[in-house]
Amino acid sequence: MSIIRYQVPQLSNWSSFDRLSSLRDEVNRLFDFSWPARDSGLFSGWSPALDVFDDKDSLIVKVELPGLKKEEINISLHEGVLTVSGERQRETEKKEGESFRSERYFGKFQRSVTLPTTVDSNKVSASYKDGVLTVELPKAEEAKPKQIAVSVS
Amino acid sequence: MNSTLTNPTSSDVAAQNGASRVNYLTPLANILESKDAYVLEAEMPGVNKDGLEITVENGELTIVGRRAAVEVRGRELYRESRATDFRRSFELDPSIDTTKISAKIDQGVLTLTLPKAEAVKPRKIAVS
Repeated sequence: MSIIRYQVPQLSNWSSFDRLSSLRDEVNRLFDFSWPARDSGLFSGWSPALDVFDDKDSLIVKVELPGLKKEEINISLHEGVLTVSGERQRETEKKEGESFRSERYFGKFQRSVTLPTTVDSNKVSASYKDGVLTVELPKAEEAKPKQIAVSVS
Repeated sequence: MNSTLTNPTSSDVAAQNGASRVNYLTPLANILESKDAYVLEAEMPGVNKDGLEITVENGELTIVGRRAAVEVRGRELYRESRATDFRRSFELDPSIDTTKISAKIDQGVLTLTLPKAEAVKPRKIAVS
């Protein structure tokens, strides 16, 4: 019954294979890990998990984005489509040492959601806590559920 | 495939015992090794310091991350994330000094520093 049409854009990053990451690990991981929604293929880029809730007067969109700084997250709203994007820098490049295991995604990410109701773009707010981004989008007045009184004459 | 008539499935047995198997998500991890220490990063969105449980036993490190309770506002229209807690175990290299392991968590990423024991580091021996 979902009335949301969401677009997961084609992420063209081919995640570079660390020399220690074997194919068997990749296949095992498919069964162990909960993958966030991915567009296609075994090796597509980072697609963070996204949830949408309807709280009567506002829509709430949550995206799981661990390990980012708030400056690295971009949120934009355009014609009823909310887009969360950004880039996670590979800070580990700077650290000395050898990479033993590399499962975390780095690089650019983008998720878009077509919102089911119109929202008041001036009142949108977002917070980032414990690696989860929460965007609150208050619905536009005409989109809020209204009670209609019935008069009996 | 075993017949369910003769061999009860594990979920039947569990139901009889009243036990339930808890499912955990495996957090994604990066492990780096430098000459002084190992650094382990584990991604656990929704987990903060209060939800973390890190134990070392018999050379095995276990990380459990319990998600902070978030009041779910409104009704779910679309859901990709899972409300499950995280758990992962690692076998430790014996060169790690387990008494000196330190941990910090920031925005859902746990960083563990596991220093190698002094004796293992290459040492120059002076000749008198």
